[in-house]
Amino acid sequence: MIAISGLLTGGIYALIAMGLSLQYGVARVLNIAHGEFIMLGALIIWALVIDLRIYPPLALAIAGPALFGMGFLLYRTLFTSIKNRAPTLGAAEGNALLAAFGLYFVILNSAVLNWGALPKAYEFLESVVWVGGTAYRLNRLVALVIAVVAGVAFYLFLTRSRTGKAIRAAAQDPPTAGLMGVNINRMLPLCFGLGAFLACLAAFLVGITTTVNAFMGLRYTIIAIIVMVLGGLGSIPGSFIGGFILGIVGSIVNYFEPTLVLPAFYGIFMILILVRPTGLFGQRQQ
Amino acid sequence: MQILEGRDVSKYFGGLVAVSNVDFHIDQGEILGLIGPNGAGKTTLFNLISAALPLSSGEIRFKGQKISGLRPHQICQKGVARTFQEIKIFADMPVLQNISVGAMFGTLTRLSQADATRVASQASEFVELSELSAVPAKDLTLVNQKRTELARALATKPELLLLDELMAGLNPTEVSEAMELVTKIRDTGITIFMVEHVMKAIMGICGRIIVLHHGEKIAEGSPQEIAANKEVIEIYLGEDTSARN
Amino acid sequence: MAFLVLIFVFLVTFPIYGGDYYMLVLVYILMYIVLSVSWVMFSGPTGYMSLAPAAFFGVGIYIGTILGAELPLIVAVAAGGLGCFGLALLVGLVTLRLRGIYFAIFTFGLLLFLTELILYLEIHVAGSRGRHVFPASDEAVFYIMLGICVVTLVSAYLIRRSRLGLALQSIGQNEEAAAHMGINTTRVKVLTFAISAIFMGAAGAIMAPSLIYIDPFIAFNMRNSFMPILMAVFGGMGQFYGPVVGAAVFAYTERFLRLQYPYYYMLTFGIILIIVIVFLPRGLVGLIPRLQKTRLIAKLLNRGKEEQHADT
Repeated sequence: MIAISGLLTGGIYALIAMGLSLQYGVARVLNIAHGEFIMLGALIIWALVIDLRIYPPLALAIAGPALFGMGFLLYRTLFTSIKNRAPTLGAAEGNALLAAFGLYFVILNSAVLNWGALPKAYEFLESVVWVGGTAYRLNRLVALVIAVVAGVAFYLFLTRSRTGKAIRAAAQDPPTAGLMGVNINRMLPLCFGLGAFLACLAAFLVGITTTVNAFMGLRYTIIAIIVMVLGGLGSIPGSFIGGFILGIVGSIVNYFEPTLVLPAFYGIFMILILVRPTGLFGQRQQ
Repeated sequence: MQILEGRDVSKYFGGLVAVSNVDFHIDQGEILGLIGPNGAGKTTLFNLISAALPLSSGEIRFKGQKISGLRPHQICQKGVARTFQEIKIFADMPVLQNISVGAMFGTLTRLSQADATRVASQASEFVELSELSAVPAKDLTLVNQKRTELARALATKPELLLLDELMAGLNPTEVSEAMELVTKIRDTGITIFMVEHVMKAIMGICGRIIVLHHGEKIAEGSPQEIAANKEVIEIYLGEDTSARN
Repeated sequence: MAFLVLIFVFLVTFPIYGGDYYMLVLVYILMYIVLSVSWVMFSGPTGYMSLAPAAFFGVGIYIGTILGAELPLIVAVAAGGLGCFGLALLVGLVTLRLRGIYFAIFTFGLLLFLTELILYLEIHVAGSRGRHVFPASDEAVFYIMLGICVVTLVSAYLIRRSRLGLALQSIGQNEEAAAHMGINTTRVKVLTFAISAIFMGAAGAIMAPSLIYIDPFIAFNMRNSFMPILMAVFGGMGQFYGPVVGAAVFAYTERFLRLQYPYYYMLTFGIILIIVIVFLPRGLVGLIPRLQKTRLIAKLLNRGKEEQHADT
């Protein structure tokens, strides 16, 4: 039970962390509104399912690209102009962070105004399945499979395909990547949008397994950040593995004391910063 | 007397060897040159001395005391100052304020703001920057920015000064002026260790030269000896002309 | 200078003729001035973005609530400040040795971490989720907040003009060069960050009585990090009085809009922050040097012309 739960949350964590890693590692924006994108995806899918009676996976097929487009445009307009107007790289990152902070409030309050503060849920694959003597809901198993498959697929995409390698190169060493022929100007908004898409995919998985509400975002943002640091800043594959590790850890802690899950993550985070800030696979020196 | 000594100094970045088992020493009052093709490890060696980077192995001693393992601000206060290849001035501050930072924090004695300004003015005069005291550093020409960085380093009252490509980007007149300035600094009693690509400067004012290649020291000697060294000639002839300016 | 004295006298005597409602508004304005000025104290010159004001404010609320029930109000407030000094010292020592991103991340997550940790402790140790806060007279709250505000402003002013201020500025301009000029960058950063937290904690402690009832979600609210940052960025982080301007503007507006348009005003403020960051990163006050520059250039041009005429 813990294992399944751990792998499921791990898969979700992996997806959101990879998304954030794309946005920070490549586009150099620490998107602290990432969780709000997840929330937005979740609520949009919910609205499509409940109000328009759209089949949930189809709703994802609509919401996912929408969120991708939103991330893409947001980077092209907001974050690009911040980058261009800043005197130094450090100032650009600082301003981008504050802008993301503003974005957090904009998206959060828009969502509350639009959909209210109450929790929302919809039913999808609610039938019960027996695996090895324990009962599971089908949606949790399906979500688990999707999470793992999507995560592995994305991992392979990053390591095997040309675009994937270009992305990793841009994350590790942007100027050199540019010299090697990677079109940085197209890569940056693309990666930011891709990050938003992964957020939406994760939101779908959350939505079919549990309730969602307008305030769910912050927690996911922080977890994504911790996973990203665990995996190593700038390493997207690292976020993948880190996500599963933290998911399993979280599942174990949740078994004993649910309210201490986030503090436990934070404790791991603190130890990480003290002992090995570069995380598992991080390489960036200075 | 040996003012700086490095024994078996090495630096690895993962699998990449930046500096490999380099021994070096500088005598007080010398002007020691450090040359080598791009990527030879020259700036890395400076970064190891000034503690911008930690050593992977080996030891560095300043006036007999081990400094490898200390932090940059401690090394500065002990009497080692440096300039940087990519100029690191405080862009929004006026020139005099830039220099006064060095004066105020660079020594073990705490100076009052008035005293620090006085020391800064003296350093500014020494490099002939007095007229530009109130100009924000970012508005200066390249050569004046280099002067500012130099004055700031001098304001820390160093005994050893590390100059990282001081002459890069300067025209021939400016190079000659810089050479005079460096000699003038040495004449005040400061020992100088300089990385340079501008051969005229290296050959002109250095008493001794060390040559690095792929992180290893391959030659050491007087300018005449180095100029005649077959290995050195080979590695430079094999390089593009940027090394032979 | 006389202007400042006048304002001070006005504020000190305000409770006599001000009326309860306006006194409360003024307390809020003073509170936000404290939060935004102390935020700028560290994040302004160094460029290290702290997202922790709400965390320290919340810790101050809790320390104030717990101690203020038994001890005199002033002691509780001082304890709130001291407690946050310690917490900030810890946070700083852990994160400020590393790149700025770790600091930003850690301070951002601190809020939720403390919320859940204290929720756990309250439920399991204290027995209930929330607490009632001891009552305090409006005048006491007003005068103590005024006192905190004065101390904050004076400290910010003194730091700016001191050795520490120059070190902070140098770190913000080029941290590596600053370290090589003899500045112990970690010590400077940690110390300043901790000092700035004192005022945030004290402000939290004195605001506790006004809340009447607190629980972790009331005490720790992301809005309390957002508002000071908005005010500081809007007013201008480079100059000393920038945040004060921003605080006055937004504190008053917030009080006014909060009741009528609960979520709309936050939405608007978020948009304003984004707009200001993009178009006016140096804030309102930052416009002044730009205006001065154009006048200066005009003056220089005129002087140049005069010298030409003098030569001929």
